[in-house]
Amino acid sequence: MRHHLILRVITKLLVGTIVLFAFYVQFHGDFSPGGGFQAGVIMAVAFIIYGIVFGLEKVQQVFPPWLVHKMLALGVLIYAATGIVSLFGGMHYLDYGVFSPHHPEHGQHWGILIVEFGVGVTVTGVMVAVYYAFASRPPRMSDEEW
Amino acid sequence: MDSSTTWEFFVGHVSYWLFIVLMMTGLYIVVAKGNFVKKIVGLNIFQTSVFMLYISIGKVDGGTAPIYPVDLNIDPDVVYSNPLPHVLILTAIVVGIATTALGLALIVRIREEFGSIEEDDIVEIEQGIARDENERYRNATGNRA
Amino acid sequence: MASETTHHVAMTLADHLPVLQVLVPFVAAPLVVLLGSRKLAWPLAFAASAVAFVISVLLLMRVIDGSVISYHIGGWAPPLGIEYRIDAANAFVLMLVTGISTIVLPYARESIAQEVPQRHHTLFYACYLLCVTGLLGVAATGDAFNVFVFLEISSLSTYVLIAQGSYRDRRALTAAYDYLIMGTIGATFFVIGLGLLYMATGTLNMADIAARIADQGSNRTIHAAFAFIVVGMGLKVAVYPVHAWLPNAYTYAPSAVTAFLAATATKVAVYVMLRFMFSIFKPSFDFEVETLELIILPFAIIAMFAASFIAVFQTDLKRMLAYSSVAQIGYILLGIAFLSETGLTAAIVHLFNHGITKAVLFMGVGALVYRSGGSFYDRVCGLGRSMPWTSAAMVIGGLSLIGVPGTAGFVSKWVLVQAALEKGWWPVAILIVLSSLLAVIYVWRMVEALYLAPAPEGRQATEINAWMLGPIWIMALACIYFGLATDVTLTSAQSAAQGLLGGFTELH
Repeated sequence: MRHHLILRVITKLLVGTIVLFAFYVQFHGDFSPGGGFQAGVIMAVAFIIYGIVFGLEKVQQVFPPWLVHKMLALGVLIYAATGIVSLFGGMHYLDYGVFSPHHPEHGQHWGILIVEFGVGVTVTGVMVAVYYAFASRPPRMSDEEW
Repeated sequence: MDSSTTWEFFVGHVSYWLFIVLMMTGLYIVVAKGNFVKKIVGLNIFQTSVFMLYISIGKVDGGTAPIYPVDLNIDPDVVYSNPLPHVLILTAIVVGIATTALGLALIVRIREEFGSIEEDDIVEIEQGIARDENERYRNATGNRA
Repeated sequence: MASETTHHVAMTLADHLPVLQVLVPFVAAPLVVLLGSRKLAWPLAFAASAVAFVISVLLLMRVIDGSVISYHIGGWAPPLGIEYRIDAANAFVLMLVTGISTIVLPYARESIAQEVPQRHHTLFYACYLLCVTGLLGVAATGDAFNVFVFLEISSLSTYVLIAQGSYRDRRALTAAYDYLIMGTIGATFFVIGLGLLYMATGTLNMADIAARIADQGSNRTIHAAFAFIVVGMGLKVAVYPVHAWLPNAYTYAPSAVTAFLAATATKVAVYVMLRFMFSIFKPSFDFEVETLELIILPFAIIAMFAASFIAVFQTDLKRMLAYSSVAQIGYILLGIAFLSETGLTAAIVHLFNHGITKAVLFMGVGALVYRSGGSFYDRVCGLGRSMPWTSAAMVIGGLSLIGVPGTAGFVSKWVLVQAALEKGWWPVAILIVLSSLLAVIYVWRMVEALYLAPAPEGRQATEINAWMLGPIWIMALACIYFGLATDVTLTSAQSAAQGLLGGFTELH
């Protein structure tokens, strides 16, 4: 896509904004619609659009496949670990009250923030992994054959 | 039932009618189409119909978006829609995405191995394999079996 | 305030067993991926599975007397919060799933090393653990929607596991694809049913749904919900007319996967069906009696004969066993269709006994494939002499499949016949015995190929090593043990049946 100057310039401008918006949706999810699922997808979009315009090699330099792999697992572990912390606090699994025993409401704020962060990490990883998996498949037949 | 109540019955349940139409459309595509990608499209339409069913359940007459104000100053007169079905369907959407991605990934592999994504071709190829296997089996066992 | 939480009640480890049951494999799965080490993947998977098995035994010991453990996720009390609810019925299923998974894993270590390329091993074990997580979650949860979520976790990982057979036979891919389409339609039907139930009752907690259906009686929405749930789960169970995905999926999946799935996945689906039919919709529910007598009963009997008949004519040993599974599911459904405590006991006992029987047979076939390269009868000809231990275990499994006295299969068929006679349906009892004769034919074909047919020239087949032989023989001995010590399974199954029929009377 070397000759698509407009696309390349616009993409460069957009990527930063998309990432910023993803963080907003992620961390403002407590007070307004949003959260890990949506933020993860938005975050992944930034990488996918970069990959579409500049090529798979370029985006994989920034976000290597092995990192995507680890992110998938890491997000799930963050989620599970949040719950396990409550077990050690002598409470039910995923009882966020453990993060602030005297003000359970504050604990719930912390808990949902961490859990949603885990969700965000995994969803970003999954969406990018799906894109990589399909895009990095070497085509064995020409486009006309399809 | 006079005509006006019939009309109300029809319009009042419009999202359910659409649910049924979508569901049947999706199911028909899954069953009737031989192309594997089209089957996945059908499956998606079928699942989307369920999302619609759930979201229709969540709607409360005159209800607004179920988001409390930041200061938690809740006006008792405000009616909120039921947020639970939306949450459930968020999960179902994620499941749907995972299914679609996995289905498409399988199709890519099928295309690589069989050279086609048409059911007819693949059935033919598989029958060919089965014929060869049986041929080999008959030769190996003689006429005993 | 409905959202009261149970704070400041310190809990001990024993109180957390219901959630740890699901949590242990669930945490182990991403850990396997995160560590990314081929050497660590198997030990981690095995450790997680073994710990889960210990937990399930502890749970079963606590609920065998008919008591119920309720665990509130996040401290949110049901019916609003998600509840894990362990009673005798699902503790039994939990033990079956974790037990089979723990025993199959050492076997998988060897057979997967041969059947799946090395670069996929870590992901394979992660998927395996996720599948176990899903199955355990389905059994442990007391929340109807949670069942759907866990069901999809296990199903999605199952599709991946089946597709791993493509390195041996490319038809595994189409088998996995077919199962994906059928399984998703089934799960979507199930979730439509849940939506209708939620419409009618306004709750998702199983116990609460049961109570509200009992209060308001049935109406058309509940009828539709029941139909959707039965059809949806029927697809997952592989009830006779909608079983088409099963033979190919079992035939082309890696041997260890087939052994695990045949012994657990359909059984968990049967459990969900039981839970919905008996605890949520009561047997007194008018629509249910008709459904069972007019639809489930005939199809169960057709399955017993048609699938057995097809099994007789198979030339592929693995496919023959797959069709036999469809037939055996027929026996389980027959037990359910009797709508009596004895029938239900028979169904649950058969669920367990058939699980261990099929685990022996599928692991045995896997071992034969491991050595001879194929499961066609001509490939396995004469292996009884070069692989005496594997073949002997398979004969025990075959006898249990027929229902010969002294094996596990006999116990369940005995109770099933009892249930039929109790109802006065003696023609059904005769049909059970007759269909067992078909099993004699296809098991005999297996024995004939193994022992009587001449071995092909120039084949070098030796006995498999202890990693694979151990699990096969543990299951084979279990077949005999549960055939002789009948009261172990019968007592648990009876208390499970009573628990299911009793529904959710206490608690809350």
